[in-house]
Amino acid sequence: MKRKEKVFEIIFLLVACISIVAVAMICIFLFANGIPAMGKIGLGKFLGGQVWKPGNDKYGIFPMIIGSLYITGGAIAVGVPIGIFTAVFLAKYCPSGLYKIIKPATELLAGIPSVVYGFFGLMVIVPAVRMIFGTDNTDGMSILTASFLLGIMILPTIIGVTETSIRSVNNAYFEGALALGATKEASIFRCVIPAAKSGILAGVVLGIGRAIGETMAVVMIAGNQPRMPKGILQGVRTLTTNVVLEMGYATGLHREALIATGVVLFVFILIINLAFSIIKGKGEKE
Amino acid sequence: MKKTKKKIYVGSLILKILIILAAIFTVVMLGYLIVYILGKGIPHLTPSLFSLHYDSDNVSMLPSIINTLIMIGVALLIAVPIGVFSAVYLTEYAKKGNKLVKVIRTTAETLTGIPSIVYGLFGMLFFVTACHMSYSLMAGILTVAIMVLPTVLRTTEEALLAVPDSFREGSFGLGAGKLRTVFRIVLPSAIPGILSGVILSTGRIAGETAALIYTAGTMATLPKNLLSSGRTLAVHMYVLSQEGLHTDQAFATAVILLVMVLLINILSSVIAKKMQRD
Repeated sequence: MKRKEKVFEIIFLLVACISIVAVAMICIFLFANGIPAMGKIGLGKFLGGQVWKPGNDKYGIFPMIIGSLYITGGAIAVGVPIGIFTAVFLAKYCPSGLYKIIKPATELLAGIPSVVYGFFGLMVIVPAVRMIFGTDNTDGMSILTASFLLGIMILPTIIGVTETSIRSVNNAYFEGALALGATKEASIFRCVIPAAKSGILAGVVLGIGRAIGETMAVVMIAGNQPRMPKGILQGVRTLTTNVVLEMGYATGLHREALIATGVVLFVFILIINLAFSIIKGKGEKE
Repeated sequence: MKKTKKKIYVGSLILKILIILAAIFTVVMLGYLIVYILGKGIPHLTPSLFSLHYDSDNVSMLPSIINTLIMIGVALLIAVPIGVFSAVYLTEYAKKGNKLVKVIRTTAETLTGIPSIVYGLFGMLFFVTACHMSYSLMAGILTVAIMVLPTVLRTTEEALLAVPDSFREGSFGLGAGKLRTVFRIVLPSAIPGILSGVILSTGRIAGETAALIYTAGTMATLPKNLLSSGRTLAVHMYVLSQEGLHTDQAFATAVILLVMVLLINILSSVIAKKMQRD
């Protein structure tokens, strides 16, 4: 009997270590396959090179890094204000009857697959952008289009985290501000939101992670031209889409360069994760 | 609001309008997306799209639906026991302040943050190439199993933590061992929580594309076994929309995906309600 207990404890322990093994394997396999390519191409030429022409052995991913940053920045510009305002509405304004509709709606927004978002973007947002800005200026597949769609896609993340952190602020802050004669809006934006800021920031970082890692929706609507973007109405290629577009037929150094692109993305994500856990840890301490 | 004489603050008013507009935007966007997809897709849901046989004239989605179900089933069969056992170790066995627990939690959080394309790359390098599985359902299944593992782990852990200690003490008091207590008392009372993790994972697998294109491949016919390539419904939809020849069928596929997601969401909210009542 005693022995069985011990055996199972060890089994549980070993199984629990599988996530550690998984992370280790992912790191090892990505780095082992990607870093040699960076060495062959030259780290400076790879990260700083502005030309991506695998046919001519030119592997510069600087346009993709910039593309990812642009699109992520745009998504944040769209998603964060709307997300925070919606979360404030849910936490402080929404009548409970309406809440039962809007809250599940935001959760549904999170569950919709990215291909469906991408397809919707392709069919609705791309033609709309083309119509608004004119066919001479843009073909509709642009930084703006991708930013807008990604902004919608990160809404549920931002709304969820912000609402939770607003609700976790002691209500006395809110009521105190009201009692001092502040308007409801002033109490929320001067008292409650500053108190909830580390939670909200964590949500924003989470949103950044989602936006920078999104692949399928972006590949369908961002145009995917591997060149330096000159304006937000031009098409762009991101780190994620570079991998998914060319991996199917790439061989040799080209393939390794694509894996190395994945490594750069992975490093970005690790930095974002680290930032997230630092902010979250700080929030819990306060 | 009381109807007393009240000064109107312009700034507050603008903020209030912005708040309401943002909420309206969120709901309208979702509503528009759903209505648009359903409106464009439902008329094209023809019976021929549900034939067992796929060819380039009739881009039937039934093989892809079957692949999706196989993938969800087998991936959960792998990920759920691992996730549940890990959570049992973390909550029931590990001592407080254990260094290993911290490492496991951090790695699980890292796994949550990794984008699906990176999982796809890893699956391609490890399962497809290093393990010689080639593009196959099995390679895809193992990839998504790792992907949903942290979800199962976290929800189970939360559910286990919510089981009151008196249950455990009662069981020990009656002379049961630790193992019996875990399997007979703690886990059964945590089932709704575990289920919500399973449902979340189902949704994630059903909607996954980027992790599967270069692991499970894009073969559109029925797979012979787990080692043959097969596309899931989401991959099917991506391929259709990229080819640009079958837009109507892509809409129809989107309808099925949306309905799947809707069902999953309803199911999980039903379970969440049940948990609150208990």
